[in-house]
Amino acid sequence: MATQTELQPADTTDAFREEVRQFLADNFPEELKGKGNALAGVEGPTAETEPQRKWREAMGARGWGTPTWPKEYGGGGLNRKQAAILNEELAKAGAYNPIGGMGVMMFGPTLLEYGSEEQKKEHIPPICRGEVRWCQGYSEPNAGSDLANLQTTAEDKGDHYLVNGQKTWTSGGQWADKCFCLVRTDRSDKHRGISFLLIDMDSPGVEVRPIQMISGMSPFCETFFTDVKVPKENLVGEEGQGWTIGKRLLQHERTNLSGGGSMARLMGQSVSDVAKKYLELDDGGEIADKVMRDRIADFEIRWGSFLMTARRATEESKAAGGVSEISSVLKKLGTKLGQERAEMLIEIMGLQGLGWEGEGFSESELAGVRAWLFGKATTIYGGSTEIQNNIIAKRVLGMLDHQ
Amino acid sequence: MAVLNEEQEMLRDMAREWATNESPVTEFRKVRASGEPEAFDRGAFGNMAEMGWTGVIIPEEHGGSDFGWLSAGLVVEELGKTLTASPLIQTTIAAAAIVLGGSDEQKAKYLPKLASGEMIGTLAIDEGARHDPSKIATSVSGGKISGTKAFVHEAHGADLFVVASTDGLYLVEKGDGVSLSTRKLTDQRSHADVTFDGASADKLAGGGDSLLDDVLDRARILTACEMLGMAQQVFDTTLDYLKQRVQFNQVLATFQSLQHRMADLFGDLAMMRSAVEGGLQALDSGFGVARAATIAKAEANRVLHTMSREGVQLHGGIGMTDEYDIGFYLKRARVLEASFGSTSYLKNRFAKLGGY
Repeated sequence: MATQTELQPADTTDAFREEVRQFLADNFPEELKGKGNALAGVEGPTAETEPQRKWREAMGARGWGTPTWPKEYGGGGLNRKQAAILNEELAKAGAYNPIGGMGVMMFGPTLLEYGSEEQKKEHIPPICRGEVRWCQGYSEPNAGSDLANLQTTAEDKGDHYLVNGQKTWTSGGQWADKCFCLVRTDRSDKHRGISFLLIDMDSPGVEVRPIQMISGMSPFCETFFTDVKVPKENLVGEEGQGWTIGKRLLQHERTNLSGGGSMARLMGQSVSDVAKKYLELDDGGEIADKVMRDRIADFEIRWGSFLMTARRATEESKAAGGVSEISSVLKKLGTKLGQERAEMLIEIMGLQGLGWEGEGFSESELAGVRAWLFGKATTIYGGSTEIQNNIIAKRVLGMLDHQ
Repeated sequence: MAVLNEEQEMLRDMAREWATNESPVTEFRKVRASGEPEAFDRGAFGNMAEMGWTGVIIPEEHGGSDFGWLSAGLVVEELGKTLTASPLIQTTIAAAAIVLGGSDEQKAKYLPKLASGEMIGTLAIDEGARHDPSKIATSVSGGKISGTKAFVHEAHGADLFVVASTDGLYLVEKGDGVSLSTRKLTDQRSHADVTFDGASADKLAGGGDSLLDDVLDRARILTACEMLGMAQQVFDTTLDYLKQRVQFNQVLATFQSLQHRMADLFGDLAMMRSAVEGGLQALDSGFGVARAATIAKAEANRVLHTMSREGVQLHGGIGMTDEYDIGFYLKRARVLEASFGSTSYLKNRFAKLGGY
């Protein structure tokens, strides 16, 4: 992906800050202040209110939802310094970035790197404008952690591929417009027989069935492809190059999944803040249960250390100009700590923290339960913790393949 | 690794090269074999001073280079890798105490000598085996200090003690009224109980009420830097060993159970590095130091503890021998873990800082 790293002289950045402020004053609706991006995740359908739509369109038209992406494809074309200023000003105004989802986090950066000129021109601008939702067609019933075992075939029919097979764990599949998909174009070679194909979800022969999860939510789907015709121009890279492209995309995914992320946002407060509300305090204002207090401090120290690690990885990868090798470490640690955090929170709340629905539970208590259960997926999807361990051992530490 | 500027990269590379070539673990073995209670090589320390390492955090007007804490940490980490025995950390902390709390006269008198390596300093805080700065009985009356400090690091070589008393920190020079009683610890470095019996004491009157805490936070962070270097070295050594040791006709590194343990340790090491570098950056920015210092030392304790145990275990029998270096890291690790805050002390402090 093309990046512009040159720093602007100070007077130019001051002018840029002023430009951002003016833009926010003109376009950011007051009523969205302090709200988050409802469309960023994959948890729900895409209904937008009028102010949300206007805000998304304004940011999308400017390219500032994807600030560092090249301008020629609809990105903001900003350098890092300007992107940082944009973020600062958004935060100051209580505004959020209305553009997001898998198109921004995973697919876009990968297509910018591997896609043809025509593909970039076709697919990147709608992502920048937040008009198209992408889902990921990687996993299959027998190709989860052993992803290269995937069996969905794309048969060469001259001007198109004919796709048959089943994908699973398709996040947000029922709400997605398009799917970036790994398919098998050659049965004779496990890795080099895989290609990276883009499929319209409304093509005839595509069927999605939401899977109900232990959390009660259904953010994942099974996706079936029966004789789905996909135009040849939807192949990204060369035929057989899918494994390489797919792995690159997974690096973006890991970095994004590790963030301490969705659970922290859902639950908002620190563990100790919650503990102070639910647990008995002694006369000095300290948590009276000293064992619990010790465990909370232990957790928060490691959590602080993890957040610093995420920040360090960002700084290092910016300086090195690419996704950090540490992405597997972040995914492994962030998801584990996120789960630990959710377990502590429900433990602190006692049975009050285990409500399923109905009277007697606050919204945040119920959300906490769902987040705790949903969070169990985080160490399984996006490459399980065990797979991350294999990646770290082999690729980062150079330990040899076990036989 | 934090993103470094050119100056810092040069400093780190110089420290790495010096430690690898001039101060490998065989040099520590020589110090140990000498049996000298001082337990460091004066020549090596002189080299460090010549290279400017004793003055990294001292302002230029007092003979230092004022390169900042991240720079100081980089040097200490490299020395930690090879277990270089020196009073560099303690001297830096003593200097920091004077920078923070000293009068102009005190700064002018001591900082240039500490920066040049002419004078060695150390901290004398605790009065028992467990770090607890709330339990201090040492007192000063009419400019004379009395009390006994336990397990003072690098006490034998020290010319200047930064001593905690009931009413603040004092500077005490070695000499009349200062006596040492050697305490041999498992790391075979210089430790002693130091008794002050009416020695002349010069108060560090600046720096405010938090001076003791501020100085200890610097000690915690710099100690964590040494621990980071040790943990990195144990990890690297263990990984190398697993890659060459053959059992059951296979290289150990090919066993998945060992790969996953190394992946766990690698993750822990990443966390430790972030925490320690976060501490150094907090010092340089002057923001959030207490919390960052607590996280840095707590994570250093946690990770080096695990790393040093796993390092010996993964080496098998050879890890148990004195001929092999890895045991030295285990022994030094426990001494540093207990210094300037055990894990339980730090967790308590972290909770207090967080208001719970």
